[in-house]
Amino acid sequence: MKKELIDLKVNGRGHELAIEPSALLLDVLRQELGLTGSKRGCDESSCGACTVLLDGVAMMSCTLLAASCEGQEITTVEGVSEHGSLAAIQKAYGDWGGAQCGFCTPGFIMTVKSLLAENPDPSEAEVRMALSSNLCRCTGYSQMYEAIRSAIAAERQGMAAK
Amino acid sequence: MDDFSIIGKPTAMIDAAEKTTGSGKYTDDLSVPGMLVGKILHSPCPHARIKSIDTKRAEALDGVVAVVIGKDAPNPYGILPVGHDEHALALDKVRYVGDNVACVVAVSEAIAERALEFIDVEYEVLPAYFDPEESMKAKTHLIHDNKPGNLEKDYHHAFGDPDKGFAEADHVAEARFIANEVTHAAMEPHSTLASFELDPHTGNMGRLTVWSSTQVPYYLQHKLSLVLEMPMSQIRVIKPLVGGGFGGKSEVIPLEIIAAVAARKAQAPVKITYTREEVFWAHRGRPRTIIDLKTGIKNDGRITAVKARVVQDGGAYCSYGVVTILYSGALLGALYDIPHIQYDGYRVLTNKPACGAMRGHGTVNVRFAFESQLDELAAKIGMDSAEIRQRNLLKPPCVTVNGLRVQSYGLPECIEKTVERSGWKHRKGKLPKGRGLGIACSHYVSGAANSIIRSDMPHSTVNIKIDRDGGVVVYTGASEIGQGSDTMTAQVAAEVLGCSLARVRVIAADTDLTPIDIGSYSSRVTFMAGNATLRAAEDVKKRIAAAAAKKMNCAAEEIVFRDDFVFKKGSAAPAVKKDRAEEAEMTQAGASVSGRVEGQILRGSLQQKRKEEGPKEWMTFEEAVVAAIDFHGALSGTGSYAPPPEARGGKHKGGGVGPSPAYSYSAQVAEVSVDEDTGEVTVHKVWAAHDCGRALNPVSVEGQIIGSVWMGMGQALTEEMIWKDGMLMNAGMLEYRSPSSVESPEVEAIIVESIDPEGPFGAKECSEGSLAATIPAISNAIYDAVGVRLHESPFTPERVLAALRAKRKEKALNLTEGVDPTAPARFREHGGALCFKNKGPERHVLDAARRETTAPVGGAD
Repeated sequence: MKKELIDLKVNGRGHELAIEPSALLLDVLRQELGLTGSKRGCDESSCGACTVLLDGVAMMSCTLLAASCEGQEITTVEGVSEHGSLAAIQKAYGDWGGAQCGFCTPGFIMTVKSLLAENPDPSEAEVRMALSSNLCRCTGYSQMYEAIRSAIAAERQGMAAK
Repeated sequence: MDDFSIIGKPTAMIDAAEKTTGSGKYTDDLSVPGMLVGKILHSPCPHARIKSIDTKRAEALDGVVAVVIGKDAPNPYGILPVGHDEHALALDKVRYVGDNVACVVAVSEAIAERALEFIDVEYEVLPAYFDPEESMKAKTHLIHDNKPGNLEKDYHHAFGDPDKGFAEADHVAEARFIANEVTHAAMEPHSTLASFELDPHTGNMGRLTVWSSTQVPYYLQHKLSLVLEMPMSQIRVIKPLVGGGFGGKSEVIPLEIIAAVAARKAQAPVKITYTREEVFWAHRGRPRTIIDLKTGIKNDGRITAVKARVVQDGGAYCSYGVVTILYSGALLGALYDIPHIQYDGYRVLTNKPACGAMRGHGTVNVRFAFESQLDELAAKIGMDSAEIRQRNLLKPPCVTVNGLRVQSYGLPECIEKTVERSGWKHRKGKLPKGRGLGIACSHYVSGAANSIIRSDMPHSTVNIKIDRDGGVVVYTGASEIGQGSDTMTAQVAAEVLGCSLARVRVIAADTDLTPIDIGSYSSRVTFMAGNATLRAAEDVKKRIAAAAAKKMNCAAEEIVFRDDFVFKKGSAAPAVKKDRAEEAEMTQAGASVSGRVEGQILRGSLQQKRKEEGPKEWMTFEEAVVAAIDFHGALSGTGSYAPPPEARGGKHKGGGVGPSPAYSYSAQVAEVSVDEDTGEVTVHKVWAAHDCGRALNPVSVEGQIIGSVWMGMGQALTEEMIWKDGMLMNAGMLEYRSPSSVESPEVEAIIVESIDPEGPFGAKECSEGSLAATIPAISNAIYDAVGVRLHESPFTPERVLAALRAKRKEKALNLTEGVDPTAPARFREHGGALCFKNKGPERHVLDAARRETTAPVGGAD
């Protein structure tokens, strides 16, 4: 298949890329841009390990055509840490054991980010519902709830301190 | 002595940031220049002879570099020395749908995938065996010619006098239990990257480096050397981050061998990553197990004897099978005091993907049967089901009737705590209709006392290097797979050396750099690699102490290491810390910027100044290290661990499997509700107490307990591999149905610390033991809720409803009524549709299955 030129804006940076029209966003991120934080766990939107944000909305990049993402703001897990330090949710996932093997973690971080952007103070039921788009095989999810709760609290304190 | 500075404190994993930022590299994230992609051609037949393979058309395709087939690497291998029955690629026969036939190496994944269609394979289809009890009757067309009756292995053990035991019993229960097949479904699909170097002296292909998602780098190195006929020293196995194992990566998986063989033939680095479907075919999960169990008890609740006949549907290759079937019998012991045990175990070959080791290896399914039956017997004699368990406790230290040595035993406390926290005494039997509580216990080994490769070699070895910068580098072969192995290693080293965690750098699982460790399986890492780390750290500490003692004019034994200081015992350490905090900060700042000129000078001058002060009461860790290097000339330490002979079990055949230096214990109470109209079971909460000896890192321990309980709940309620004629019907993450966050209950993890005399700081395993109790705890809770006892897992709405209707003496629901009588007995077997051969409810016009049966033979499709 003949390659085409596209412009992708990933984590605030523009990239001009020659890709096949059939190329999937996940493959382009991982292979062309070296952003291997987004993981390939299933290829069929089952597991959510490839979750990225498109204009702030959590999407599974394993079933998205890269060419269709032109003109949208793509955020991957590599774009989450702030000013060279861990974002509150990343720190909290570490502290509370929300990540064990870590393979699903980038996807979860993106899902949580999109949840909190939409709903800054979610109930446990809302958290559970939001996380159900992603699968984890290590944690049983419990420690993630603690992490999310503590990240919300930390963010709030940070905001109050200002 | 319980005053630790690092041990026992909740600690974020040392690699947590790599995982939460996505910067950590798993095998599939790696690439090397010139790397090609490998794709494997799998067998479409469950059992067939390969008459011919023609790869010419595939090889001619633009972009294809090589096509590898069986004869490119004909040496057999297998994880167990007694089970070398696998080949990199099939030589003459395929034995399951998904067996490995050929591998295409190409410049891109798309080309490799396309090339697979151009490989012409001619099969002679053979009769296939899918049911273990049928398979055992086979006379012809054996799956492996050297295994008559398709029997991989059978064991017949009698400990004590089972007949006498049953004669003494007041009540005997007997039933058949079935636990269906489950798989690990780790989030990371297996991946391997293999690359050869050109030898500068011969000019030919020389050393091989393999990066792989493995729990057992050392075994992989060993098997690669067998298949490739290369010395082990020429093979380097590196384990990058691994995205979960649960046993699925605890042996050599076909792609690991195939990638290396392909790299050799293609003369270029090759990476193979499984698709999710291929992961299901690679499998090595927990076999479908048929358990005929008989238990006898006295009126006072004491167990008199147990008899188990266990048949495991092992799939097409041996894998860990011999060990699995032995664990199933051996771990009947060491949980309760059972005087007489009879065990007959059969590991049977069938034409399905090989089963292997999965979390709670061998013990889980039998534990489900045993704990369910014990509950039934308790009801029979009118005893509380928590109490009957308390009546049958061991009295450690002891050696069980089947030769297992038990020293630390936290089970009584586990039962006590779960009963107390769950409100068992005032809630059991008093919950509203359809809601119930169930209790069950389990245990697991803290590492097998005997390695797979029979030898007296240490199971773990650790080296520690400390240099003038004050950095502590620990070299360990232990494999971090998400369980926290690296963090545990750093914690143990830092605790012994009295330094901060930030000083410790762990280099792990690289066979060129790290000493041998037999891997992350059978929950052995904390106990064995932890002990080796402890010994290595003690070794190096002794050297530092000797030098420090000289400087402080005291005996080496009087030196204390703590909080990055080295001081004389009793010299008011906290005061020292306080007074010198400022200076220490400066030294530490110096350490953290080592390499920067100012830092070096600052540190050097500080050391010089302190040196001139003469004998002292205390030194910083760095000063002590420098003193030790000046004194000894070099500073390193080593430690290793081998299980003691007393812990290595009985002398009977198969007695090598089951013994462990220590056992973990677990008791759980599950609260469930059952919808009597739909048969749907909901788990509301699980109280799980686990005796892990000592919790080195409570966050990790709780994470392992919760994860085990959760995975057990998956097996109890939803997870099942569904087969139809050797085809897996649900080879996808959603179809396999591991629980999502919506279905997952709250788990209250309760840590019980029995302080094992041989564990590092008293620690034992915590990653597997809790899984086995969850399934019977749920099944016992279902009994409490609605009065039906389920004998087959998972407890799907279908099975629960069937049991409820049977109890109410209602006609069984026949979901395939009106359907062709030759249709599968259970409708899920053929993809969920009730229609079969055009009988039954009609299929949608676009349904492939409908077209298949209605299209004329040789249709235009």
